[in-house]
Formats: sequence, structure tokens, C-alpha cells
Amino acid sequence: MTDNPAPLKFHVPEPEVRPGGTPDFSNVPIPKAGSVDRPPVDVDPRTIRDLAYSIIRVLNREGDAVGPWAGTLTDEEQLEGLRHMMTLRSFDARMQMAQRQGKTSFYMQHMGEEAVSCAFRKALVQGDMNFPTYRQAGLLIAGGYPMVDMMNQIYSNEMDPLKGRQLPIMYSAKDHGFFSISGNLTTQYIQAVGWAMASAIKGDTKIAVGWVGDGATAESDFHAALVFASTYKAPVVLNIVNNQWAISTFQGIARGGSGTFAARGLGFGIAALRVDGNDYLAVHAVAKWATERARLNLGPTLVEYVTYRVGAHSTSDDPSAYRPKTESDAWPLGDPVIRLKNHLIKRGLWSDERHKQTEAEILEAVITAQKEAESHGTLHAGGKPSTRDMFEGVYAEMPPHLRRQRQKAGV
Amino acid sequence: MPRMTMIEAIRSAMDVAMGRDDNVVVFGEDVGYFGGVFRCTQGLQQKYGRERCFDAPISELGIVGAAVGMAAYGLKPCIEIQFADYVYPAYDQIVSEAARLRYRSNGEFTCPIVIRMPTGGGIFGGQTHSQSPEALFTHVSGLKVVVPSNPLDAKGLLIASIEDPDPVIFLEPKRLYNGPFDGHHDRPVTAWSKHELGEVPDGHYTTPLGKAEIRRPGSAVTVLAYGTMVYVAQAAAEETGIDAEIIDLRTLLPLDLETIIASVKKTGRCVVVHEATLTSGFGAELAALVQEHCFYHLEAPVARVTGWDTPYPHAQEWDYFPGPKRVGEALIETMGA
Repeated sequence: MTDNPAPLKFHVPEPEVRPGGTPDFSNVPIPKAGSVDRPPVDVDPRTIRDLAYSIIRVLNREGDAVGPWAGTLTDEEQLEGLRHMMTLRSFDARMQMAQRQGKTSFYMQHMGEEAVSCAFRKALVQGDMNFPTYRQAGLLIAGGYPMVDMMNQIYSNEMDPLKGRQLPIMYSAKDHGFFSISGNLTTQYIQAVGWAMASAIKGDTKIAVGWVGDGATAESDFHAALVFASTYKAPVVLNIVNNQWAISTFQGIARGGSGTFAARGLGFGIAALRVDGNDYLAVHAVAKWATERARLNLGPTLVEYVTYRVGAHSTSDDPSAYRPKTESDAWPLGDPVIRLKNHLIKRGLWSDERHKQTEAEILEAVITAQKEAESHGTLHAGGKPSTRDMFEGVYAEMPPHLRRQRQKAGV
Repeated sequence: MPRMTMIEAIRSAMDVAMGRDDNVVVFGEDVGYFGGVFRCTQGLQQKYGRERCFDAPISELGIVGAAVGMAAYGLKPCIEIQFADYVYPAYDQIVSEAARLRYRSNGEFTCPIVIRMPTGGGIFGGQTHSQSPEALFTHVSGLKVVVPSNPLDAKGLLIASIEDPDPVIFLEPKRLYNGPFDGHHDRPVTAWSKHELGEVPDGHYTTPLGKAEIRRPGSAVTVLAYGTMVYVAQAAAEETGIDAEIIDLRTLLPLDLETIIASVKKTGRCVVVHEATLTSGFGAELAALVQEHCFYHLEAPVARVTGWDTPYPHAQEWDYFPGPKRVGEALIETMGA
């Protein structure tokens, strides 16, 4: 101890670059595709701590699928995966435009992150339950949920499955393994663990999947989820989609001194992996590994998807105010659609021409769905849920005070 | 008929519910092996196994959040928050999740959970073991809020709560666990074994939610109370000789407005009593409802007797607690107005 200690310094992390600067991701080490080992699913989590600091990758720069994590999908499945991602992108573009046209109040797109939810969905089976956040609509698209129902919800029209009660894109689709999106961040993470505990209590075979973004890992619910998952060895996969940005806040604010978000799992003895989130094949391989562990009663797995949010956080956000406009071009993991497309072309399973043709087909299907949805109304025009609907469903049975209020409202 | 304390009645309710329905699970801090710090879950783990009754990490948000997920799966969790004072970390899970799930998913997912918590003071628990946070829950659409005042009701209401399809906040006045405490802290408390409401059937029965009970019929003034304050009000009525009609609300949400209106229209006077702090307390809602529905029958302003708007103190517990003396003064004042 010194008699004259130096003044303490307050530390606030800052991203490498701000608007006006040159994008720089040289601080993001990207291991070569195929370079990370694939341990057996019954591995002792304590022996794979390095996987929380690396990045599992399958597709290399040349468009080849390489290494021990390659080979989890058939050609047909890969082609289907490409189609799912293209559909999500096309759907997003149309809905983004619909919001600009005033047909709905709000939208959130997936640009750059399509592989994460689309590929993960293919590792699940009927009955499994996702507890998603707001940027996993690929779970619905890849799960065969009708686009028109998604649009009905976005438009809050007379066919909205949620009766106009929820903000656009806060879907709920139980039969498609998609839990009601809250909008309050991270609450669903511990709920996923609870659902998984229930499945284990009942001796069921279904598993749960929790989803959270990099920024929202800072919520206490995240810690609670990891404690409960670890304590009860819950059959759950806990996903962290690290897209670098929590609205305007770079991921370093939530991550703090921890090397990676995946590393958060290590103190809990939870198997923790990092994966290239823009690599459809790698995401699927890791999803398969993690879901298999859960199904075999081997406990939870924490997975960090390293990706980049190319678009704005939502239609209410303007990223040019806080990051360089060209930052997404500099993102070292590329575009998930182009990467899978190039791989399939290289293998002779796909071509630029077929890609363009498929793009057109998808756009047509999206527009057809959109027309159907719009025939049932949009937020400010046409059919909409009734005022009476507003009073329904608060409880299983309407209590007297709500009945009085409904009467007062004249419905 | 067996005699039970409120603790035994609550335990019996969970025992009966677990015995009838495999989907009922019970967990919380110290709840499993040990049986809870107030012993409400004693023996349940031995009887139903660790899968049905277990200890949870010290994380109220984790306990409630996990229960929400379990309910979405199809279980009926009956969980314990060790003291109502500890519930705040779970508030988001209760308000934004449990209470809203049915509504926001249009019934695809529901949340039939019961959140039990000991409430209220009178045990020298200081500010962190004495609070009455009921108004924080009655303000939330989608919740039901229950406060039993005796063993017979506690069991019937708890079984009804567990069987209810929606989330229920079940507040157990801890000062009533062992007997009907009337606020005279310097006198011995009668045991439930000597009280008629300590007679509790062994098996299954329910006490419907949303129904109040008149504990003392009277004609001079209506007293609206719940939990411990029911007995404090009874003592005040006896000691002042005022013929008060004392209504034990039992369920705060949904509220039995009919019983309240009928009584106030009869007596023309109303005193609202609760242990929680005054400002924006549940008494404000009661007073508003009474004036809204009974204004032309009122002979005097609606009075409120409550805890002071301070944190619950330790050494000054009995200066804070709205005991029979303060309630009696309010009765006299209301009669004189």
C-alpha cells in the first residue's frame, strides 16, 4: 500500500471504429474453416473449454465444406436451406417496404443473420420448443409456418392469430415449436430452461431451445437461466446470437472483460461452443451436436453464433449514427446466402441462373402471400381485430370488473 | 374434523393437489429436503419425490421464470418465494410474462402457476421480512391475488388457486400461521386449535376465488379488511362497542364488489384497513369503488387505516402496525362524522 495512491480511472469500452472511420475487424480472430475439432457429444465439458474461444467453421473461402463438422446435411437439405434463407430475406424486404408504406407500425429484419435460425430449425423435431427473441423468424420459415399468417400478425389485421394484441413480428406458434415472443429481453431464456426441466420431470423426449442476443446476455435472467440449466442438467440448448450490435451499443458493453459470450458458460460447467453464424453448414452441425446432447440427457449446451447485423436494429433505428456505413462490407464472415450459394454452385448443385430464377419464384410466393394478407386488412386499413377482442383472453374466464369495463366501452 | 394451523392447512392443500394431479410441482428456496423455512412444504419431497418437490437456487426471477416455462409445457407449478419482500427480482417475470402470456399468445400458451409468499409483519422481521406488496400485483391485469385469513380458507383457496387456469399471487399473512393474531402483541395468541376456523377437512375442497366472507355481521359501519387485519378489526369492534360489519375480502383480484356494495349501502359508513403503506395502496382502490357505487348512501367519508408511508421499521414495529387502537379510533371517528 502506498500513502499516495494514484486516482482511480473509470473505464468505458468503445468500439474500434465510429462513423467516419474505416471499418476494422482485425481484432476478430477468424480460425480457418475445418480447423476446430468435433468432440463426441458425451464429452466432459471441462475438456473442451477451448471451443468457447474459437469459431467452428465449415465453409471456407473457396466455397468448400471442410473439416470434422462438415457433412451433416444431404444435398437436398442444403438446397432447401438456401431456399429458406432466400425466402426469409425476400420476406423481410417486402415487410420492410410495407412498414415504410404505413401498412404496419414496426418491423425487424434479419439481413446477414438468416443462417442462424434457418439452419438451427433443421436440427429440431416436432414437439421441441423454441423460446425465441425477435430475430429468429427463420425458425418459422424453415419450419413451414405459413407466411400469410406471419403477415397477418405483422399487419394486425382481422386474421391476425394474436388478435392485434402484439407488436408486429412478436409471433406465437405453439404447433410450430415457437413460444410467444415477449419483447422484454431475456425473460424467455430462463423460461426455456423451465420448459426443458418440465420435459425431464415428465420423462418426455422433447427439448427446449432458448435464444438471446449479445446485448441481452447482460440481463439477470441470463444468469438465472445458466444456473438453473447447470443445476438441473436441463435438456436445453441456450443460443446467443452475437450480431455485434445491441441497437447502438457495441457488444463490448455487454461482454465486458470476458473473452467471448460463449465463455460465460464455462463457470457453470456448461458445454460452450462458438460457431460461424454466417455459415449455414456450421450452424446446422453445431445445432445437431447440441440438440443431440440435450436428447441424450447430457445436459445443456451454450452456443454463441458469431454474426453481423447488416440492417438496422428495427425500422425505428438508423445505424449510420453509430457505426460506419460500410462496416458490414468489411465483416470477415461474409454473407450467409452467398456463401451457401457459392458452395452449391461449386459442387454443381446450383447455378447463378437457377439462383435468379428461384429468387423470382420466391418473390412471387411472398407477394402472393402478401396480397392475401392485405385482403384481410393492414394496420390502418381494412379488417382489424374487434374492440371486443381487446377485453378477451386476459383470463380464462372474464372476471366481473373486466365485464363492467367492456360494457362501459360499449362493446 | 382435524385441527390444523395455517401452515398445516397450506401443506395439506399442496399435498391434496399433488396427490390428485401429477402435473403439480412444488419448488422454491429451502422448500425441498428441509420443507421450507416456515415448514409449509415439509414432507412433500419424501412423499412425492425430488421430481415433484425440490430446492431451487436463490433466484426469485429464476424460480418464477422457470415456472412460467414449466406452465407453458403443461405443468402446474406451485412455487414459494421465501418472503414477499424477496419477490421484486421476479417482478418482470410475473408482470410481463406470467400475467400476459395467455393474452399475448391468444391462449396458445397459458400460465397456471401459484406464487405463494409469506406477507406482512408482526414478527420483528424489519423492512425485509414484513412487507405487504399486494397492491403491486392487484395493479396488474392478468393476475389473481389471494390473501387468506385462516386455516380453513387457506386450504380451500390454495387448492382453488392451484386448479385455477391463470397465475395466482397467494399471500400468506405470516403472523397468522399459528393463530388469529388481533394486534395485541403484548397478549398471548389463541392457537388455531382453539378456533373454529382451525377445523380443516383432510381431503379435497375448494373455496372459490373472488368471494368475500362476512366475519362479523353488523349494522353501524362496514370494515373492509383481509389477512391479519380481519382480527385486528374484530378486536377494535369489540373494544369500541361499535357494531361493525367486518368483511374479509379473501380475494383482492377479482374482488367481490357485490358483497362490499350491499354492506356499505346498508351501513352507510366504511373503514378500509390494511397493513401495507397508505399511498396508492389497495385501500385507495377500495375507497374509490365504494364512493363510485355507494356515494349517495354514505354518511361519512371513507376512512383508511394502514401502515405508515415509511419502510417497515424494526424496533418501532408496533408504532407502525395499524393495531386495534388505531382501527378503533377510525371507527369512532367515522361514526361521529
